[in-house]
Amino acid sequence: MHVSQNWIDIAYLIAACLFVLGIKGLTKPKTAVRGNLLAAAGMGVAALVTLLNEHIVTYEVIIAGVVVGGLIGAIMAKKVQMTSMPQMIALLNGFGGGASFAVASAEFFRGSANDTVSIIATGAAVLIGAVTLTGSLVAFAKLQELIDGQPMGFPGMKLVNAILFIGSLVGIGYLVANPGNEIVFWSLVAAAMVLGLFLVLPIGGADMPVVIALLNSYSGVAASAAGFVMGNSALIITGSLVGASGLILTSIMCKAMNRSLTNVLFGVMAEAGEAMDADEVYAGKVKSTSADEVAMMLETARRVVIVPGFGLAMAQAQHAVREMADTLEAAGIEVEYAIHPVAGRMPGHMNVLLAEAEVPYDKLKDMDQINPTFEQTDVAIVLGANDVTNPMAREDKGSPIYGMPILNVDKAKTVVVVKRSLSAGFAGLPNPLFAKDNTLMLFGDGKGAVLDITTALKEG
Amino acid sequence: MDFVAQLTLFVLAIFLGVELITKVPPTLHTPLMSGSNAISGITVVGALIAAGSDSGMLINVLGFAAVVLATINVIGGFMVTNRMLAMFKRK
Repeated sequence: MHVSQNWIDIAYLIAACLFVLGIKGLTKPKTAVRGNLLAAAGMGVAALVTLLNEHIVTYEVIIAGVVVGGLIGAIMAKKVQMTSMPQMIALLNGFGGGASFAVASAEFFRGSANDTVSIIATGAAVLIGAVTLTGSLVAFAKLQELIDGQPMGFPGMKLVNAILFIGSLVGIGYLVANPGNEIVFWSLVAAAMVLGLFLVLPIGGADMPVVIALLNSYSGVAASAAGFVMGNSALIITGSLVGASGLILTSIMCKAMNRSLTNVLFGVMAEAGEAMDADEVYAGKVKSTSADEVAMMLETARRVVIVPGFGLAMAQAQHAVREMADTLEAAGIEVEYAIHPVAGRMPGHMNVLLAEAEVPYDKLKDMDQINPTFEQTDVAIVLGANDVTNPMAREDKGSPIYGMPILNVDKAKTVVVVKRSLSAGFAGLPNPLFAKDNTLMLFGDGKGAVLDITTALKEG
Repeated sequence: MDFVAQLTLFVLAIFLGVELITKVPPTLHTPLMSGSNAISGITVVGALIAAGSDSGMLINVLGFAAVVLATINVIGGFMVTNRMLAMFKRK
């Protein structure tokens, strides 16, 4: 059965509208599930009408591909742990880029790209798609700790990358002049794949949230480029929506880390620990406390703010924290959570981890909402967070993290920091918060400490 | 479709994307990423055409790879987004 291309294009328009409505649904937690379903319905419409395309003459390969891909996707989605979500997104980004790369390559070998615009678009889809594929695989390997999270590289790497990139552009230019040259095409593929590896290898594990968001954007742009190749409006619109989404998240992450995108991608972290000596900061000023003492303090509090970091998720302590919060709320104490944008390993990650532990989402406050309220907070409990509470970011102009937006926990009447030791965070800096007059250190394992406090609260 | 019409779509959709995405609250940024990932699986449209065109072994292989990768993106992306959003829904 073949339907006129106009009807197929109108179906694509409907799909694009459903995607827009779907993303709009994601602007509120209440409508988000429906939004996701609308977007999925849009995808269903787009895929179904494509099967009516006049170029499709055989269905064996399609059915095989859909069955294999569908099974892998479903198993991944069912099995993945919420703490491993960044790895999963990294993989999906890579697959998206890989798919666009494969589509553009197939179009190249079908010889359908023969005018200047579609050849340039093919080259762009291959270049961006292949970079996204191999770059995402490196990001996945780093997050999954299959390879070392430390920056990896060699002298002159930036120069090699520049040569690979310019070489790729020259290759695309050559293809415009000599369409169909397969040697140049495969060289372009190889250069793009190596470039993807070399762009992500030198980026450290702590910067992965930015990289994932950026690769998310790339996967969208690659889809858009594939749309230019095929003259398909659905791909162009949808790809640019995703591209814009990734770019915005990238810029949010960069701001939260107080770094420019170029600095994350090409630079190194400012040299740490030059001016401040940890012993000098902490000497004689650090006060330690016990779970019983903290419980007593909490009983007389009216407002408590919990500041979770990724350490808390690593210890699987979210449920224990929620139980502590429930106990406090049962006693009429107001409890809220302060979520720094980089509290997890990707944008919004900590919120998902807490939602999994059934913490109501309206208790999760972002930095701008919660910061003005610390002065009215009796106890702030810092759990597995460090650099994002460091007052040097606000006060010490010479500090490498000066200017980074932080949670102003030190303004609370009392700050309880649950931590194994006084060791430094990712930034490698001592944290003067630990030595403040209103700070008490509760040394120990995060989950154990929270359970002890809860027990003490229930007994008291 | 001519190039200028395509470019017009591309540029307008980016503006629309920026307007839409800036309204998504930080709480939903992870589901936004997995969801937009699923949506970028729209490449499946191109993948289906390549895989079904029956134009030689190399193109069948590329088409098969494209369909597998794009379907993982679509199915995995929407399912995992749904799983996360369901956690935000319950109160």
